[in-house]
Amino acid sequence: MSIGHTLLGLLESGPRHGYDLKRAFDEKFGHDRPLHYGQVYSTMSRLLKNGLVEVDGIEAGGGPERKRYAITDAGITDVEKWLATPEKPEEYLQSTLYTKVVLALLTHRDAADILDSQRSEHLRSMRILTDRKRHGDLADQLVCDHALFHLEADLRWLELTAARLDKLRTEVAR
Amino acid sequence: MTAPAGSLLAAEGLRKTYGPTVALDGAEFSIHAGEVVALMGPSGSGKSTLLHCLAGIVTPDAGSIVYAGREMSGMTDAERSALRRSEFGFVFQFGQLVPELTCVENVALPLRLSGTPRKEAEKTGRDWMARLEVDELAKKRPGEVSGGQGQRVAVARALVTGPRVVFADEPTGALDSLNGERVMELLTDAARSTNAAVVLVTHEARVAAYSDREIVVRDGKSRDMERAV
Repeated sequence: MSIGHTLLGLLESGPRHGYDLKRAFDEKFGHDRPLHYGQVYSTMSRLLKNGLVEVDGIEAGGGPERKRYAITDAGITDVEKWLATPEKPEEYLQSTLYTKVVLALLTHRDAADILDSQRSEHLRSMRILTDRKRHGDLADQLVCDHALFHLEADLRWLELTAARLDKLRTEVAR
Repeated sequence: MTAPAGSLLAAEGLRKTYGPTVALDGAEFSIHAGEVVALMGPSGSGKSTLLHCLAGIVTPDAGSIVYAGREMSGMTDAERSALRRSEFGFVFQFGQLVPELTCVENVALPLRLSGTPRKEAEKTGRDWMARLEVDELAKKRPGEVSGGQGQRVAVARALVTGPRVVFADEPTGALDSLNGERVMELLTDAARSTNAAVVLVTHEARVAAYSDREIVVRDGKSRDMERAV
């Protein structure tokens, strides 16, 4: 998952302090793996250097955790581009997809579009594998079948998520 | 409607309601000769209704369907019936073979109904059974063959008239993975070799992966996934 893009997406609803960003991230996406403060600040310095965020204010008391960050126009464009680009179909990519869907809902973008373009990307890969399987030997068939079953599992997850978008929208708005 | 350039069968603005239930709500579709298009979507999304409308089995309440340059709503029932018999082929999930007839008689049936003499019809039927790798079942009755074999016989029957469009509604729904995939390989190979278009309704992605293109139907609306990206 791209932590940078996720933090940028969280900033779209308004400027936040580093510690506030970490808390929002952990709450929405970091159930199993919360972010370290170090990761937040190194990511924010990189985003700052690349002009994707700017410092919106520093609270008295100093320390990196007192900086308040705001997303720039270039940052918004970057998030937009990331959300619109389907992930390369690989095994177990649902955590990135889940993040994209939740961020799209949080930022009032079309989450169904993200799921649909990912679905197309998956089916495209499945067509290539199916074609390879049809013309290959048994070893090819077994290798392709393994990949096909994993992609199929992802697709089923995409379908179920699409069917639950309204419920998820309500939950993330809380 | 003006059908998309080069399309063999196209539809737009299709609406169909059953009592208070809206099955189709502005669905669109198009397919070229030789193309395999998968119709996917959750149960109750309208994908089978769309297939039945395209095949002239169900008449939509509104919208337009053009087959080979002709508006289907302008055809008489007899013309639509003739079209289904001679230009369209059908494969369903179950129960499509006549149990009293042998497999070769089943395959030859559409030709017999169109007036082809028995001998000639059964010879063409056997040729198709050989292409589907079930010619050794010619004399058996449907009750004596396995599900996968029966489905191959059904595919041979769908193709025996040389249809320009094959409608396949969950053709592998009752089969295990290996048999299902073999049926899909044989169906799509045979259709491509005769330049027939295949409209394939399925809820299985692995079956849809045999198609060239996918249209997703949700709440009676269709979305062409190639154009969505």
